[in-house]
Amino acid sequence: MLRTINKNQVLILSHIPRVPASVTSVLREISREFQIPLSTLKRNAQILKELNLIRYGDPPNFSGVELTELGRFISSLTASEEPTFLGNIVQTSSGFRPLGTVIKDLRKRVLRMIAEAGSGHLGASLSAIDILAILYFMKMRQDPSNPSWPERDRLVLSKGHAAPALYAVLAEVGYIPTEELTSLREMGSRLKGHPDMATPGVDACTGSLGQGLSIAVGMALAAKIDGARNQVYALLGDGELNEGQIWEAALTAAHHGLDNLTAIVDRNGYQLTGSTEDVKGLEPLADKWRSFGWETVETEGNDPASVLEALDTCDLTVGRPSVIIAHTTKGKGVSFMEGNSFSRKAPDDEELQRALTELS
Amino acid sequence: MQLQHASQVESLGRTLVALGSEREDIVVLDPDVSASTKTTYFAERFPRRFIRMGISEQDMIGVAAGLAASGKTPFACGFAKFVTGRAWEQIANSIARPKMNVKIVGTHSGLSGSADGDSHQTVGDIALMRVLPNMNVVVPADAPSVEEATRAIAEEPGPAYMRLVRGASPAVYDGGCTFTLGKANLLREGSDATVIACGVMVAMAQAVAEDLAAQGVSVRVLDMHTVKPLDVSSVVKAARETGAVVTAEEHSILGGLGGAVAETLVEAYPIPVNRVGILDRFGDSSRSYSELQEAMGLTPRAIAGAVMTLMEKRR
Repeated sequence: MLRTINKNQVLILSHIPRVPASVTSVLREISREFQIPLSTLKRNAQILKELNLIRYGDPPNFSGVELTELGRFISSLTASEEPTFLGNIVQTSSGFRPLGTVIKDLRKRVLRMIAEAGSGHLGASLSAIDILAILYFMKMRQDPSNPSWPERDRLVLSKGHAAPALYAVLAEVGYIPTEELTSLREMGSRLKGHPDMATPGVDACTGSLGQGLSIAVGMALAAKIDGARNQVYALLGDGELNEGQIWEAALTAAHHGLDNLTAIVDRNGYQLTGSTEDVKGLEPLADKWRSFGWETVETEGNDPASVLEALDTCDLTVGRPSVIIAHTTKGKGVSFMEGNSFSRKAPDDEELQRALTELS
Repeated sequence: MQLQHASQVESLGRTLVALGSEREDIVVLDPDVSASTKTTYFAERFPRRFIRMGISEQDMIGVAAGLAASGKTPFACGFAKFVTGRAWEQIANSIARPKMNVKIVGTHSGLSGSADGDSHQTVGDIALMRVLPNMNVVVPADAPSVEEATRAIAEEPGPAYMRLVRGASPAVYDGGCTFTLGKANLLREGSDATVIACGVMVAMAQAVAEDLAAQGVSVRVLDMHTVKPLDVSSVVKAARETGAVVTAEEHSILGGLGGAVAETLVEAYPIPVNRVGILDRFGDSSRSYSELQEAMGLTPRAIAGAVMTLMEKRR
């Protein structure tokens, strides 16, 4: 989130006039004037305050917002033309932490969860985890204390077999207690083999491949009908693109000009019985999406900065949906798991220890 | 007014418009058959809430699920064969499992798409929907009940399937219809046997009861418009009080209303049951709906015969 402290935002917040009203009313003014969603401003202001970059009193003693000493220092650093990327510090359920460390921990969690459960799709979870982390920590508007908040952005994990990665991220964001993660696939657990809306933070029941994009289209349409600003993301597997329904949904989204919808294809190159090109070739994949009327961006899906940049690019698309073809490595992060060997195999004790050591 | 409501889909189209003006959350999805399902009326009145899906039932069901997840009440209206059959697994996983508030409407059900032939007719749609947990299944008898049924499923949160026929269906309810989801309508008292019917077979059951009364046989008639949840107490009461039950539906005798009633009675109150319906086969092409019904054994004679056979057995 620190990346959002660029010159403009710091300046906006340092130039708030003295008003006898609440912070919200000030932010509402800014929202109107600069066409920035109120929720974004609120979130930014909250973070700036927590980072001790700005301060403001509570009503009725509110005396405007001002930069703290630290805030002035950062403002001076960022007074260049280019917004400064201050670092990948993200807000987690256990406080502000460096994104790199968070993602490494998420990989370890996923390994432990699947080892504990005795089954699960390890390779597909590890290839998707950087994308999920960037979405939840740096992109999506959400309130983990209120999972059904209508204004939240939504994620449909169409490749539902990557559920362990989603659960690990949801715990780190604060939707579910971290201790619950080890209950994966246990009878009665909220963390089922594939995503279920019974789990706080899970926006769609998936698991049957090919259906998630349609659900995301429905959510994006609902936002359009309501004139709401919700952004909808759908994370698709590449093998999943064998399903015809995906392409039905691709037509629908383009036809309705759903620029509030971004699909991300986790292009790890494998499906259960082999490489996607051996099983049923998808290439030229980007051309396919382009010809379906989608803004199409390719990126390195296991590089958080590239994923973020691609998502930012999609934010600017108007009048049509966007798709990011995220080139990833199945089993990413653990050398001996990369490729298709741990596609749906749980690590044994020895493999788990080796993997954890490698990630440390 | 009566003419206007003679057709079930006509009644559907007009009721959706009424609901649409009462409730902002009502949206309608169309897999390119709106001229036949009469959702064109809704499209004209509420273009922003009418979603053209093109010919893609599977995508339509997923989109409906997404709309429902965002607070809308979608009516996904298409031909019964395709909306239930082609998209069955989508309905199971994206709608029934998470109890999405989606209303699936299948028109041209049973043999009513007679001229189009068996590619467009349904013998198993009630069974397909009934077997899904969380799914309510409604089969209205005539145009006035379609209005009430549409309102009832819109009111009741959760997934529902409503099964309609193409074209005009014989009137059962002249002076208005009482419709409570899950509660059968007792249309005629009787003590010798009960005919439990749904959909277009209700009118036929009434006519049979009338005829048999003239022969001194007293037949109770129940309009079992809600096949699921089944009104178990009315079924058991009929079995206990009349001792013989015949079911009548324009659907396979396997897995539909007959299946539901037989399953219930065999456990709760075992008495002889006869199922009138389609005998485990597909339909045929016919220029005349009634000709096809006749050929498939969906006749007053078949119902009367079933009643008399049971009464013979009892003796």
